[in-house]
Amino acid sequence: MSTKASRVTARLMLAPAVILLLGWMLVPLTMTVVFSFQRYLPMRGGFQGWVGFDNYRSFVTSSAFWPSVQATLIIVGSVLIITVALGVLLAVLLDQPMWGQGIVRILVIAPFFVMPTVSALVWKNMFMDPVNGLFSHLWRLFGATPVSWLSEASMPSIVLIVSWQWLPFATLILLTAIQSLDSEQQEAAEMDGAGPINRFFFITLPHLSRAITIVLLIQTIFLLAIFAEIFVTTQGAFGTRTLTYLIYQRVLESQNVGLGSAGGVYAIILANIVALFLMRIVGKNLDR
Amino acid sequence: MSLKTSLGLASALAIVAASGSYAQSPSGTVTIATVNNGDMIRMQGLTADFNAQYPDITLEWVTLEENVLRQRVTQDVATRGGQFDVMTIGTYEVPIWGANGWLVSLNDLPDEWNADDLLPAIRDGLTVDGELYAAPFYGESSMVMYRTDLMEAAGLEMPDAPSWEFIREAAAAMTDGDVYGICLRGKAGWGENMAFLSAMANSFGARWFDMDWNAQFDSPEWLETVTFYNDLMTNYGPPGAANNGFNENLTLFQQGRCGMWIDATVAASFVTNPADSTVADSVGFALAPDNDLGRRGNWLWAWSLAVPAGSQSTDAAKAFIAWATSSDYTALVAENEGWANVPPGTRTSLYENADYLAAAPFAEMTLQSINSANPTEPSVQEVPYTGVQFVAIPEFAGFATEVGQEFANMLAGQQTVEQALERAQAVTTDAMEAAGY
Amino acid sequence: MARSVTTTRKTFNTVLAWSIGLLIFFPILWTVLTSFKTEAQAVSTPPVWFFFDWTLDNYRTVLDRSDYSRFLWNSIFIAGGSTVLGLIIAIPAAWSMAFVPSHRTKDILLWMLSTKMLPAVGVIYPIYLIFIRMGLLDSRTGLVVILMLINLPIIIWMLYTYFKEIPAEILEASRMDGAGLREEITYVLLPMALPGIASTALLNLILAWNEAFWTLNLTAAKAAPLTAFIASYSSPEGLFYAKLSAASTMAIAPILILGWFSQKQLVRGLTFGAVK
Repeated sequence: MSTKASRVTARLMLAPAVILLLGWMLVPLTMTVVFSFQRYLPMRGGFQGWVGFDNYRSFVTSSAFWPSVQATLIIVGSVLIITVALGVLLAVLLDQPMWGQGIVRILVIAPFFVMPTVSALVWKNMFMDPVNGLFSHLWRLFGATPVSWLSEASMPSIVLIVSWQWLPFATLILLTAIQSLDSEQQEAAEMDGAGPINRFFFITLPHLSRAITIVLLIQTIFLLAIFAEIFVTTQGAFGTRTLTYLIYQRVLESQNVGLGSAGGVYAIILANIVALFLMRIVGKNLDR
Repeated sequence: MSLKTSLGLASALAIVAASGSYAQSPSGTVTIATVNNGDMIRMQGLTADFNAQYPDITLEWVTLEENVLRQRVTQDVATRGGQFDVMTIGTYEVPIWGANGWLVSLNDLPDEWNADDLLPAIRDGLTVDGELYAAPFYGESSMVMYRTDLMEAAGLEMPDAPSWEFIREAAAAMTDGDVYGICLRGKAGWGENMAFLSAMANSFGARWFDMDWNAQFDSPEWLETVTFYNDLMTNYGPPGAANNGFNENLTLFQQGRCGMWIDATVAASFVTNPADSTVADSVGFALAPDNDLGRRGNWLWAWSLAVPAGSQSTDAAKAFIAWATSSDYTALVAENEGWANVPPGTRTSLYENADYLAAAPFAEMTLQSINSANPTEPSVQEVPYTGVQFVAIPEFAGFATEVGQEFANMLAGQQTVEQALERAQAVTTDAMEAAGY
Repeated sequence: MARSVTTTRKTFNTVLAWSIGLLIFFPILWTVLTSFKTEAQAVSTPPVWFFFDWTLDNYRTVLDRSDYSRFLWNSIFIAGGSTVLGLIIAIPAAWSMAFVPSHRTKDILLWMLSTKMLPAVGVIYPIYLIFIRMGLLDSRTGLVVILMLINLPIIIWMLYTYFKEIPAEILEASRMDGAGLREEITYVLLPMALPGIASTALLNLILAWNEAFWTLNLTAAKAAPLTAFIASYSSPEGLFYAKLSAASTMAIAPILILGWFSQKQLVRGLTFGAVK
């Protein structure tokens, strides 16, 4: 029931949120775009002129660009594969009858709530340190030389840390989705003689496909932006410099604001492409 | 008394009263950005003395790892962010920032502070056009710290002025089980591994740039330097060396895992401190090694306290700086922790102090190292820049850190020496072009 | 469902699930255990598990040496403040979209959600400059505003879904009884939506507490929360594992506890309702 009076009131009530978000979206974004067309070096005196698309060109032709794209793809891709694959398996497992299911859920969910700086430092020092870490003890127990994880196997290390943090998220989402699976279908299939593996592939997985898509899209958005884990462990060294970290370095470390802003615009475009797909699905759901 | 006279009298009284209160101690909050090195942490522990003298000043500490600190303060000073009132910077930043007008001059510190007592090399490094822009907290060069017991066991004797060849020999002899013959910096950062490598390169006859500002990583001297470094570390260095900076190596040495350690002279007081070091009694010192080419591998650095131009509490900040870098502070540390642990390398008077010389077996070597460092002519070849372990241009911090990452990758086994040098050459050339050289 | 499950199968599931659960939880467990060891024991070879001299020294040192209470208070203030501010702005907005929808409501909602996708690194420098100009750098207020802005889409979204579950007839009835808008919201809507609001607040507290990009880059001393405090342990001098563990345990404990109660909210809030 929306009378004219309530329409006006409704608009007013909505206004603060819309104005704030509009401002949040437009103001810094516009500034970034403006900077991206400038040669702006604070360490050398600041604004030095308009350079058109030069920054955009330099950013992608710089020798650090493709490695950073590769690093991003590898890290994001690996984490996605690991969390979704293991997440599906874990979700199926947790859906089975067992004792103490509530507690196991708590154990599995916990890593998601640990702040990224803590999780990165705990992994870096207490597990991966080649002299004092638990992994090195374990390796020595079996007579092997310990691995210097963060320098020799830096990408796998970062992937491990980030996967550990995000596996609970994927598991939780997929578990929720599995629990909405109608058990009658499963029973009927079982009575028809379908084994557990067939049931999994022909009933469970298709049902989960939407949830898996959501998990993939949402995690991609967040994973593209990971920062703290790299900042605290490798600072982008040993090939772990993702696109996000490269932009951060250009802007805040090298103090080349124009170049970094151009990179930022690339990152924003990339994120928006992923967001477009996500919003399409959410939008369809809203129509339901 | 007429109205005019009484008004005049009243204003005169007011002025006297105001200037009287101005002469009182400064007040305000001073936010200090500092490195998490031992001497700084010690300073934080002694601030009760400062607070007794200046009860109206509140100190806020921001202690950061070196790489992060450098990035933060650079960001803050370049944007006049005003987040910090005192910054811990060094002989690299001071000339550049001072010339840009980003720092407050310290020429008006009180006479008792005794600017003339500062070691000339250090003072020169912090002065621009006659204005002192930072007060040195501690000065350092680099030298060899070695385990006398392990050298004895290996049947070797460390000369006062060793060569790199000898260092290699000694490292090979001392490596055994979980004792590593030599620990060196490997962590990426212009102030971490590149500081060491640049200084080392000088002793191999290499230089960063030729007189036309062309990067020189394709020169045979750099190849020799990096190959020697890589071999030394791969064969006789600790695992994970590519992650080891000053603090990590200090811990390793204190735990008895290093036969030798070539690094900042300030480390000397920490490795000989029985409270933290398990090998405090068996440490010897020698000058940084050379190849008989005319330069040793020792650098010159002074962590100094400066006031950025955007600060709101310049008076209070200066009061703090004067306190922290005075000879009184040195005496305070001596009282509380012994003469061996005072911040070294800044004042001539310290090196004439009998108590200090008695308590600090490394004092002589430290002074020699500092005095022999030559930032204006760091290389045997001609160079267009100053700086032994850095190049005093603003872009250096940016590209040198990237170069440092290439060498860290090499140490981690991810690329060969030749590849690392190629990448270093590419990065540096790119950056210099972008900067307009 | 009348299918009986064999005990063997149940046992097998239990053992497998518990093993995996403990494996995943192990780093957290190890951190908590290490926080009670001495530094020497924390790095001992072989590692000690339960039988060591439990000590509270590390907690004491961390609390004394580093003004831990300031960081804790900052985290609480920033997380709480951004939540409260967010709710104040979001409740009217969600009411408007849930109860007085227009044909544009869906688009507006989707647009709001899309602002959450903005990569922070793309706008860090402008925000930095704006903050300096407005004197908000290293201030709790500044962080409260930023964290509110990045989580506002989620808050609005969650409240919207909760509000939609409230039958509109009840609100209409109150209107017919003569209640004005303020009364309608304060005395009718809010009490019914309280569980939903609490859930939203819970999720937002967690997200804000763990936020690690803005909190690391926009603070120095005064407003630095726990995320920044822990980051300062990335390369300290000397042995520090036990102290790091103590500091970490104190930093994550509140959120771990809150998190265990907020699983459902997590799903609803972060999948934007696309998964039920």
